[in-house]
Amino acid sequence: MPPLAIRAYTATTALGRGLDAQARALRERRGGLRRNDFPTTAPQQAPLDCWIGRVDGLEDAPLPAHLAVWECRNNRLAWLSLQHDGVVEAAAALAARYGAERVAVIVGTSTASIGATEEAYAGLRGDPPRFPPSLSRAHLHTPHSPGAFVAAATGLRGPCVTVATACSSSAKVFAQAARLIGAGLADAALVGGVDTLCGSVLFGFNSLQLVSPDPCLPFDAHRTGLSLGEAGGFAVLERCGADEAGLQLRGYGESSDAHHMSTPHPQGLGARLAMADALARAGVEPAEIGYLNLHGTATPANDQVEALAVASLFPPQLHASSTKGWTGHTLGAAGIVESAFALLALESGELPGTLNSREPDPGNGPQIRFDNARAPIRYAMNNSFGFGGNNCSLVFARA
Amino acid sequence: MSAASHSAGARPAAALAAAIEGVGYWSRGLPDWNAARAYALGGEAAPDAPARPSPQLLPANERRRAPETVAVALDVAAAACAAAGRDPAALSSVFASSHGDMAITDYMCATLAADPRAISPTRFHNSVHNAAAGYWTIGVGAMRPATALSALEASFAQGLIDALAQLAAGEAAVLLAGYDGAGYGPLGAAAPSEGLLGAALVLSRAPRAGAPRLHAWLGDPPAAPAAPGRLLQRDAGNASAPMLPLFDALATGAVPRIALPAGSGRGLWLELDHD
Repeated sequence: MPPLAIRAYTATTALGRGLDAQARALRERRGGLRRNDFPTTAPQQAPLDCWIGRVDGLEDAPLPAHLAVWECRNNRLAWLSLQHDGVVEAAAALAARYGAERVAVIVGTSTASIGATEEAYAGLRGDPPRFPPSLSRAHLHTPHSPGAFVAAATGLRGPCVTVATACSSSAKVFAQAARLIGAGLADAALVGGVDTLCGSVLFGFNSLQLVSPDPCLPFDAHRTGLSLGEAGGFAVLERCGADEAGLQLRGYGESSDAHHMSTPHPQGLGARLAMADALARAGVEPAEIGYLNLHGTATPANDQVEALAVASLFPPQLHASSTKGWTGHTLGAAGIVESAFALLALESGELPGTLNSREPDPGNGPQIRFDNARAPIRYAMNNSFGFGGNNCSLVFARA
Repeated sequence: MSAASHSAGARPAAALAAAIEGVGYWSRGLPDWNAARAYALGGEAAPDAPARPSPQLLPANERRRAPETVAVALDVAAAACAAAGRDPAALSSVFASSHGDMAITDYMCATLAADPRAISPTRFHNSVHNAAAGYWTIGVGAMRPATALSALEASFAQGLIDALAQLAAGEAAVLLAGYDGAGYGPLGAAAPSEGLLGAALVLSRAPRAGAPRLHAWLGDPPAAPAAPGRLLQRDAGNASAPMLPLFDALATGAVPRIALPAGSGRGLWLELDHD
């Protein structure tokens, strides 16, 4: 595919707001997980006994008055993350150049603002029961809430869509943007993802027995499951010349496991297909990839098959790691957050390891690293694998 | 201004194109595309049609337990592939739905407000917006890419845009399915939708004899809404109804140009060349 320039990018996670906070915490190996203090909507029910990656201060960060009809935790986090690292300014410059209707808005999420729907159910009143007036806003109770909010908040009027393929969502937004621009339906795109903690996610993953009682330990022999987190992030993409310098999206690869709704293909076949397809589309050899941000959720099955797939495709020299020990698994935002981490690695040469993990699983190949490292790299890759067997891998370059 | 902002007058040179190789359709009383086409042309609905689709690609126990929205999406997707004579496992797919399954969202939120630790793992994994895409790829053994998206009233148009963009990027053929079920519980009062409706297309890059050719471009919305066809009149309350002008046009072959709502105040203009 023709390369796409990344004009700006950002992430906000439990590590803090914006890229500086992410880079510093990754470098200093200072994680953002804490004991779960996220309240339930059920009266007198204690939070689950687990660890979470919660973004501080959302409770005290209401949306500006002109966007108040979009008020909910998820849109607050989207708004907060948009305010950093020049993303809004870069998008506005492209809208000025091409016209607002030529800049697409593609946002990934897994739960959108269902947290607001959960609150509405906790506050039902009347007969038949109805949402409380403060939450009777239809545009919050739909999966398209984040995409529609970002379009409203930025004034962009190009194709606007919310991708909801669980944990691959905000990686697939890059693929979708590349196709839209390639087909001439847009000249540029604001892509991203946002997902906030909510009961559906915490108690849903708990019902599948996938939540660890301790901070998650990706690729550790003693891992016991995932830690959930919340995050938002965005990137601004524009067509560019092959000889242009800067950060670029070079390739994407998508696949389906065709295996099971909540467990990955046992040999990692879907994961391998996505990675191989991304490399092929980028025209990059596996040995050229300098850093791979793994999906690495720290569930027993996911890490095992991802390690298998990585070992089958890459030479031992590859530095691959999971950053979920820092942020928790941010679900529909994982793709954009970990793409931002891959882009930071390209810019700085600081390659994150895997936080908290100590004893490598015997199934790990030599590619999977626990310690941070420093090396100048030209290509970085990000893996995001979703529920329903929905996979996406991305290749980024520093040209 | 770019070519894409034209809507009246000649079709812009930059329009995207695809052949419509196969169509799938399901609504209560119109259980397949033949029934829908006959109805669109003035016929009657079948009073004894089944109340729920029964997608054969799921094992019997999963077929019974699958959410209605998943059942209808799988039914129309399989029908479109069969009509196109395409192997479903060989196609990448796009599933577009405004709301996903509101009965499951209602269950999740009601259970969370009462007894959160009682959430059913099956209901949770059916609650993801890509449930239909997941069951589809698993059921037909497709390892090709699958996407699930939402854009409210523009969901089908945005799904069509991605499908056409995939063809432009080199895919030979793409499956697109649009579907929505009924609103449910207090959520249904806040975000209304009626009935159960699904429709699917297999789109291909190369022209095919006997297959209508679709041309699409983005532009300003029409100045006045077109008179609704019979399929749209029948299911106007469903959240996926904004896709129906295309299916009315496919069924009747009478309408040269239509516009589907594309979001952000834009229209996705479509022209059909019938052979």
